[in-house]
Amino acid sequence: MSTLRYIEEAVTLELDVTRCNGCGLCVAVCPHAVFAIADGRAALVDRGACMECGACALNCAPGAISVEPGVGCAQAIINGWLTASEPSCDC
Amino acid sequence: MRWGFGREDYRVKPGLYALGTPVATSPVLVTGNYRLTLDELRSSLDELEAWLLVVDTRGINVWCAAGKGTFSAEEVARVVAETRLAEVVEHRRLILPQLSAPGVAAHKVKEACGFRAVFGPVRVAELPGFLAAGMKADAEMRKVTFDLRDRAVLAPAELRFAWDRRVLLACVGILAASSIGADGVSLSRALRRGTPIIGAGALALLAGGGLTPLALPWLPGRAFSLKGAVVGGIVAAAATATFRRQLSPAARLALLVGVPAVSSYAAMNFTGSSPITSPSGVELEMRRALPLQAAAAIVAVGAWIASRLGE
Repeated sequence: MSTLRYIEEAVTLELDVTRCNGCGLCVAVCPHAVFAIADGRAALVDRGACMECGACALNCAPGAISVEPGVGCAQAIINGWLTASEPSCDC
Repeated sequence: MRWGFGREDYRVKPGLYALGTPVATSPVLVTGNYRLTLDELRSSLDELEAWLLVVDTRGINVWCAAGKGTFSAEEVARVVAETRLAEVVEHRRLILPQLSAPGVAAHKVKEACGFRAVFGPVRVAELPGFLAAGMKADAEMRKVTFDLRDRAVLAPAELRFAWDRRVLLACVGILAASSIGADGVSLSRALRRGTPIIGAGALALLAGGGLTPLALPWLPGRAFSLKGAVVGGIVAAAATATFRRQLSPAARLALLVGVPAVSSYAAMNFTGSSPITSPSGVELEMRRALPLQAAAAIVAVGAWIASRLGE
């Protein structure tokens, strides 16, 4: 798994540490170990591994995390282009 | 069922179910109503006494349903109320699958039904370990894997879905186009000329949708389209070498350019089955790859027409 990494330069994840309350839910919900808690605050330790599922931002009560969530699926993005709407798949 | 056979039979009725013989202090596990998920839960947790709260994800797996918003705090609260869970258990705690988190905000669950939502591990099989550790997940339980076995399960499912009416139409179109010659149309020519092209198409789909997903970590680059083009190129080179006597130079060019293009496109579509691809990355990759794939397809068709004219 650690050897398989995807395109990292377009990732939209941002963390505003000043709004973090250190609850650690971002660490708990992230499936790719993007976050860690250091000195009572969240930190981005592997931002490039983010797949933009949106779990961290949704579960961040103080709203310190932002990301453009969605499905990383070519078919969904094509559907979005064809219908000029949000990317969506039928799976 | 994963392959789409009997998909009409994949929903379980939402509600409260018992695993073993749970009591008022037993943990409550929340999950979606996709039958494969529940089968997995029942077979992995046969030693456990727990309540199983099944929410309505319309027969979709937990992660996709969370991404779509059907597995949400509102839906969890709705089923908690409907099943009168507060009268069944003494505690006020729900254990949710970690992968429901893109759809479920833990603090919203608490607001909506008074139950505290705790995110369990990614995989069902780790649930006993998670419970034994006092509902604590270690780093490994939190990570999604995508090893050879996972990919081997998903690649054939993806190929199965590639087999739809459009593929059949394409085959008919290829046969029709192949039947045309200077002396009109001929069925034997359609089969003689069309079959190799359908074979090449099948080879390309197998390269991009089958071999590429299996070999993913060992292929160069990060873009799935690039990985697919590389496998398609190797397969096309092998096919050209095998059939070099039967193929004209133009037909060889069509094979060498066309197969990588189709393979690259098929591999790009596997991004939807992978748990590592971000939408921003897929869009970036597509903006780069689609023009190249289209250009290669045009060159391949042009070379094929040229090879026919030269007969």
